Amino acid sequence: MKNNSRRGFMGMAFGAVAGIGAVGSLYAMKKSWDPLPSVKAAGFTTLDMNDYKENELVTEKWRGKPIFVLKLNSKMLEKVKDKKSDMDRLIEISGSHYMVTIGLCTHLGCIPGYRPAEENFLCACHGGMYDLSGDVTKAPPPRGLDIPPFKIDGTKLVLGEEGPEYKAMKENGITL
Amino acid sequence: MAHFTKATSVKDWFNQRLAIDKVEKVMMSEYWIPKNINFLWAMGMVLVITFALLLVSGIFLLMYYQPNVTTAFDSVNYTIMREVDFGWLWRHVHGVAASVVFLIIYIHMFTGIYYGSYKKGREMIWISGMLLFVAFSAEAFSGYMLPWGQMSYWAGMVITNLFAGGSLHADGLVEWIRGDYVPAQAFLTRFFMLHVLLVPLAIMGLIGLHFGALRIPHVNNQDGEEIDFDEESTKYLAGDKAGAKVMRFANDFMAKDMMVVGVYLVFFFYLVFFHFDFAMDPVNFDPANGLKTPAHIYPEWYFLWSYEILRPFSTDTGLIAFAFAQVIFVFLPFLDRSPNTVPASRRGLFKIWFWAMLVDMIVLTAMGKLPPAGIFSTIGFVAALTFIGLWILLPIITKMERKV
Repeated sequence: MKNNSRRGFMGMAFGAVAGIGAVGSLYAMKKSWDPLPSVKAAGFTTLDMNDYKENELVTEKWRGKPIFVLKLNSKMLEKVKDKKSDMDRLIEISGSHYMVTIGLCTHLGCIPGYRPAEENFLCACHGGMYDLSGDVTKAPPPRGLDIPPFKIDGTKLVLGEEGPEYKAMKENGITL
Repeated sequence: MAHFTKATSVKDWFNQRLAIDKVEKVMMSEYWIPKNINFLWAMGMVLVITFALLLVSGIFLLMYYQPNVTTAFDSVNYTIMREVDFGWLWRHVHGVAASVVFLIIYIHMFTGIYYGSYKKGREMIWISGMLLFVAFSAEAFSGYMLPWGQMSYWAGMVITNLFAGGSLHADGLVEWIRGDYVPAQAFLTRFFMLHVLLVPLAIMGLIGLHFGALRIPHVNNQDGEEIDFDEESTKYLAGDKAGAKVMRFANDFMAKDMMVVGVYLVFFFYLVFFHFDFAMDPVNFDPANGLKTPAHIYPEWYFLWSYEILRPFSTDTGLIAFAFAQVIFVFLPFLDRSPNTVPASRRGLFKIWFWAMLVDMIVLTAMGKLPPAGIFSTIGFVAALTFIGLWILLPIITKMERKV
């Protein structure tokens, strides 16, 4: 009996040590899989918005992801104006309207192609479609193209920083 | 302490220390196999041989492959394919075996389903087998990342995105799995680790479990007959080899087993030497480019059926259907409510169920390869619904089944 309780105590003592060790190592293992600080630090891109031409899609790169930048002409703007929520998706810089979105389909992350003649986006993977403001018009994508965090700085746009315009979009549920 | 005597031979020396005679009996000459089986019972050995081919070819590829985003593509397509003597052989053996192993796994699985080899004490064989299927799927996917071509990159992107869980938007989880915002260096190195160490370790452990699960219930036979292995093996050992319903694993069964393996290897090396291209997607001969999606992303043929179950639905429904398809086979022993362990041909409605399931999975596979448009989209949608419907019907039709 005395032996048994001693053995029981040793078992519990070992269990406690092993338990702490197991939790500790799981935490270390989880943290080791996290993105590295260098990866996180390289997460800013600055765009000069004077460089873009109307109805010409330019793909920039931010955090390894493609960023669609499309400057809208007045005819295209009329098209977007039909839907109020679509207007809110555009970014206005010194009088011009831009669609700036992450160029990955919100379905499973393929890159949709821009069709300048039809003035819309088509994702070749599963047939999803988006309009000029990046809003979804045909499933399977569950929502419009995501808008990257941005801050307007004169005629420049800084991606990766959250400016007041971006925060407003987030609050209104325009983007995630 | 055990008593050792002066060895009379080398064999005796080992026998005293390692009981090799006994091990040989337990594993080979007195491991009993029913006589009433056919060539489909050789698929296990075919799989063992294929796994060995993957392991050996993998070891040679590992000596020149570089898990680095700037050099991975060239280390495969230039160094291994052009510089290393016979490098092409290892790559083509590895690529073809990775594809063919799934063909054999599917044959092995459907053989088990047809003959009811997942019932009456054989549940753990089935479950460990399905876990092996999952492990092989992880192995195939992680290996597909390594050449770092366009299909590697975009398959990696799409599959890791599944972990965001649709509307759950678990983007943090996806970034954690990748170690970056997109598949990049951290992603390649960790999938390299998974492919060459962690997943193969799991596979080897599961193979041990799969074999171990066979020992008590033994291998099933063509009639699902319940054999008294003790009685039949005694009969065999007493000299009544013709009357006994069982035979030795080695060399009785092994002789025919290896005959099938021989035929298989001729077919296998025919593919390696003359048709290796079926396992090499042309799109993957373009280096990975995060700013350009291939026009049409599809997985290798063995994942097409489950991909097609994901595709026709909206994101969330698709994910649920996909998850359902991934796990449902594991539960087969419990969803089949019938007491009969006989071939499907003698089980009434289950016979129809079996062939319907097989045909449905072939249709899903074919549709998964085609662009999701027009009539193919509709056929795929119907086939996906049929797949789910068949599994819902299974407990009902097997419950109705009469005892044979």
